[in-house]
Amino acid sequence: MKLLVNGQSHDVDAPADMPLLWVLRDLVGLTGTKFGCGMAQCGACTVHLDGQPIRSCVTPASAVAGKSITTIEGLSKDGTHPVQIAWQEIDVVQCGYCQSGQVMTAAALIRQKPAPTDADIDAAMAGNLCRCGTYQRIRTAVHRAADLAKESGHVA
Amino acid sequence: MWRDREIAAPGRREFLKTGAKISAGLVIACFVPAAIRRALAEEAPAAKKPVSPNAFIRIAPDDSVTILLKHSEMGQGVWTSIPMVIAEELGCDWKNVRVAHAPAAPEYAHTTFGMQMTGGSTSTWESFDQLRTAGAMAREMLIAAGAAKMGVAASECRAENGYVVHGARKLSYGTLATAAAKLPAPTNVALKDSKDWTLIGKPTRRLDSKAKVTGTAEFGMDVKRPGMLVAVVARSPVFGGKVKSFDATKAKSIPGFVDAVQVPSGVAVLGQHFWAAKQGRDALAIEWNEGVGASLSTAGMRDQYRKLAATPGKTAKSEGDVDAALKNAPAAIEAEYEVPFLAHAPMEPLNCTVSIGKNGCDIWTGTQFQTVDQQVVAKMLGIKPDQVRIHTTFLGGGFGRRANATSDFISEAVAVAKATNKTVKVVWTREDDIRGGYYRPMWLSRLRAALGEHGKPVAWSHTIVGQSIIAGTPFAAAMIKDGIDGTSVEGAEDSPYLKSIPAYRVDLHSPESPVTVLWWRSVGHSHTGFVVESFVDELAAAAKQDPLEYRRALLPADSRERRALDLAAEKFGWGQPLPKGHAAGLAVHASFGSYVAQIAEISVEDNKVRVHRVVCAIDCGQVVNPMTVEAQMQSGIVFGLSAALHGEVTLKNGRTEQSNFHDYPALRLPEMPKIDVYTVDSTDKMGGCGEPGTPPIAPAVANAVFALTGKRLRQLPLRLA
Repeated sequence: MKLLVNGQSHDVDAPADMPLLWVLRDLVGLTGTKFGCGMAQCGACTVHLDGQPIRSCVTPASAVAGKSITTIEGLSKDGTHPVQIAWQEIDVVQCGYCQSGQVMTAAALIRQKPAPTDADIDAAMAGNLCRCGTYQRIRTAVHRAADLAKESGHVA
Repeated sequence: MWRDREIAAPGRREFLKTGAKISAGLVIACFVPAAIRRALAEEAPAAKKPVSPNAFIRIAPDDSVTILLKHSEMGQGVWTSIPMVIAEELGCDWKNVRVAHAPAAPEYAHTTFGMQMTGGSTSTWESFDQLRTAGAMAREMLIAAGAAKMGVAASECRAENGYVVHGARKLSYGTLATAAAKLPAPTNVALKDSKDWTLIGKPTRRLDSKAKVTGTAEFGMDVKRPGMLVAVVARSPVFGGKVKSFDATKAKSIPGFVDAVQVPSGVAVLGQHFWAAKQGRDALAIEWNEGVGASLSTAGMRDQYRKLAATPGKTAKSEGDVDAALKNAPAAIEAEYEVPFLAHAPMEPLNCTVSIGKNGCDIWTGTQFQTVDQQVVAKMLGIKPDQVRIHTTFLGGGFGRRANATSDFISEAVAVAKATNKTVKVVWTREDDIRGGYYRPMWLSRLRAALGEHGKPVAWSHTIVGQSIIAGTPFAAAMIKDGIDGTSVEGAEDSPYLKSIPAYRVDLHSPESPVTVLWWRSVGHSHTGFVVESFVDELAAAAKQDPLEYRRALLPADSRERRALDLAAEKFGWGQPLPKGHAAGLAVHASFGSYVAQIAEISVEDNKVRVHRVVCAIDCGQVVNPMTVEAQMQSGIVFGLSAALHGEVTLKNGRTEQSNFHDYPALRLPEMPKIDVYTVDSTDKMGGCGEPGTPPIAPAVANAVFALTGKRLRQLPLRLA
C-alpha cells in the first residue's frame, strides 16, 4: 500500500491489520515514534493524521492509506518547531522515550488552542504517560511553546 | 523555573551516534590512579586495577571534546552532569562537548563496586574525584604540549576555554591533541578549588535534549542490524513454569513469520518484523508444566506473611530488652503495614539485540549492568567476557529493572540468537513487562511501640516480612550477612529515630517464593520509608503532638534529616492555614547518602486522594547540576506517587492479574501536583539523587490523609474506600 509520511510517498508491503506504528518503525524505518503499550494507553506512539493526533499503535495501516501522516521526524526540518525549542529551553526530557509522543500531542494542542490554559493542557496531555515524571516541566514548556509560536508567527 | 542567565551556556546540540565516528578523533591518554574510595568502599570488592589510559576523553582536530560516559543514561541526567565534572577540570569550551556511552570494559568500573554499572544513586559521587582527576591530567598534558610548541615553560601557560594560553598567544586543544597524547600522563595533578568552579554547581541544560525531541536518540528498541529478525517470547503464565510442548502450525501462516524455537524461558517466535512475531506468538499453542507457582495468590501470601510477622524473625539490629519494655508499658501501640508487588514499567519495554559471530558476541541494549551481562553471556557461550561487546544505547527508563543479576532479558536474547543462528532483536510487549516478574517485593511490617515521658518512644519493635532480592544471586555472599539481606531492612534498622529509643529491635523474615523480585527505585527504602514515617506519625498522634515538632524532638539538632525537614517546613509554611478541605502531611527519610524531607498538601475528592502541592528539601552534599537535582526530585516524587496512589501487582492462581497501563496505572499529567524543590546548602559528604526523592512521598501523603480524615491508611496503594 501507499503511505504519505512526512510529505514523502512510501510503498510498503504491509498486512492490512498491521498497526501504523510498526509500519513506520519496521517497514518505513522511522523509529522516532515509540512503542510503549500497544493499546492506546500511553501515547508514546502519537503521530499526526491529517493534522490530528492519533495513537499509531492501534491504527491499522489500511485506515491511513491516502492520508497525510506526520511523525516526530517530520515535525520540523531541524528541531525548530516551537514545541521542540520550548522542550529544550525548559529542559523537559529525562529518559526521553515518551517525549516524541509528548511533543506530537503538544504540537497538535497549540495548533488547535494557540493559548492553552492549564486545564487545556491537562486535558490534551492526559493520554501521554511519562514514568520519569517530567509533567511539571511539560506544563511549563507547553505554555512556552505557545508563546514562541505566537512570537514567531509559526504556522504548523 | 530556571532563568536563562542562571543557566550555563548550552552545548552545541549535535550528537555522535556511533562508536565509529568517535574513534576517528584523536585520543588523549589519561592514566587515572585508583580512585579515592568512600568508607563504603573499604568492604566492597572495589576495582584494584588502575583505570586504563584513553578511557574518558577524546579531543578531535575540530576542537570537539567527546566524553565517554561509563554510566548509562536512563533519564537521570548523567549524560550532562558527568561531562560537567570532567569539563570543569579539562577547561574545554562546554559548547564543544559531545557525549557517547563508553563500551563495556574494565576501565569503566564503578570505583566502589568494582564493576561497570549504573545504580544505587551512586554515579556522581563515585566518579567525582576520579573524573575530575582525569580532566585535570588531560589539561596538564595539553598545557605541556602547548608550551613545547610555543617554546615556553609550561608553568607560564594556562588553560582557558579550550585553549592553551601564553601571554597574547593561544593554541586550541584540537591542534594540540596529537602531541599531548604522546606525553607521559602526569602522576600528581592539582584539582581546582571549589571557589574557582565555573560548571560544577551551575544550572546546566541537558546535552541529550535535541536528540530526544527530534526522535533521533537511539534506544535499544530502535536498533537495526543487517539481516536482523525480531522475536517475541511466549513465557510461562506462572512463575517457574516450563514448556511441556508447543505447536506452531497456525503461526506458520502469518505473513512475515520466520521460525519458532524453544528457549529456556519459553518459546521464541521470530518474524521479519515485530508484528509478524507478535501475531505468530498469538497463534502458538503451548502446553505448560506450571509447577508449584500455580497455587500462588496475593491473599495466600498475605496470610503467610501475617503468621510470620507474629513472631520475631532474625534480628537485624537491637538494643536493650524490647520485649520487656513493651510488656511493662501501660499501652503499646501496634500496627501492621503492607505494600504490594510492583512492576518497574519503564516506558521503553525491555528489548535486546544480539549478533553472535566467530570473534564473540555483540549486544545492543539499554542496560545498567554491563559487567554482569558480560560475565553471564560469556558463560553461556563459552567465550571470554571481553568477547562480549556491549553497545549501550539510551535507556527508556531503568528504575532498577535493567540491572539484573541474571541478565534475564539479555541472556534470553542470546539464547534466541544462539538457537537460531540469526541476528535477532527480542522485544517485550507491555504485557510481558507487567507480567514478567522481577518485581519490587511485597512487604508486610508489624510494628509495636510504647511511649514514655513527653510521648517519646521508649520501645520500638519492627518485624519485616518479605522476599530477599539478593538471595540466590552472585551478590549474596557480599550483601547477606548473618541471614540478613541489608536491602530488606535499609531505612528501618538504621532509622535515625532509633538512636533516642532505649529498647528496640528490627527483625526480618525472608520467605521464599517462585516470584522473581528485584530492586525497584529506592529498593528497601520504598517500603521502610513508608512504614517508619507513617508509624512515627502514629506515635506523634498518640502523643497528641504536632508531627513536625514530634520528629524534631527525636532527631538530633545537627542531623542532616533535621536540616532537610526544617527547610521543607519553612518553605511550605508548616502550621499556616490551608484552603478549606486541604491538609498537609510530612515525612523525612535518608537514602543513598541523601536526606530528603517532603510535605504534601492534599484533599479528598470522591473518596480519592488528590495531591495539590509537594514541597521537597534535599541535602545531598555538593550539587553538580541543580537542574538535575530538581528534575530527579520531581521524578522520584512522581514515581513514588504513582505507587502510592495506583501501583499494585497482584497474583491469583499464580498469574499476575495486571497486564498494561489500564490496570497498572501510573500518574498522569492532570494528577501532577505542583512540586517545589529546595536544596540544603551543604558541603557534607555527597549522596545520590536518582532514588532518594521516592521514599518520603507515600508517607507524606498518607500522613496528610490522616490529618484530613482521621483515617490511618497502612496499605499501599492508598485507598479510602
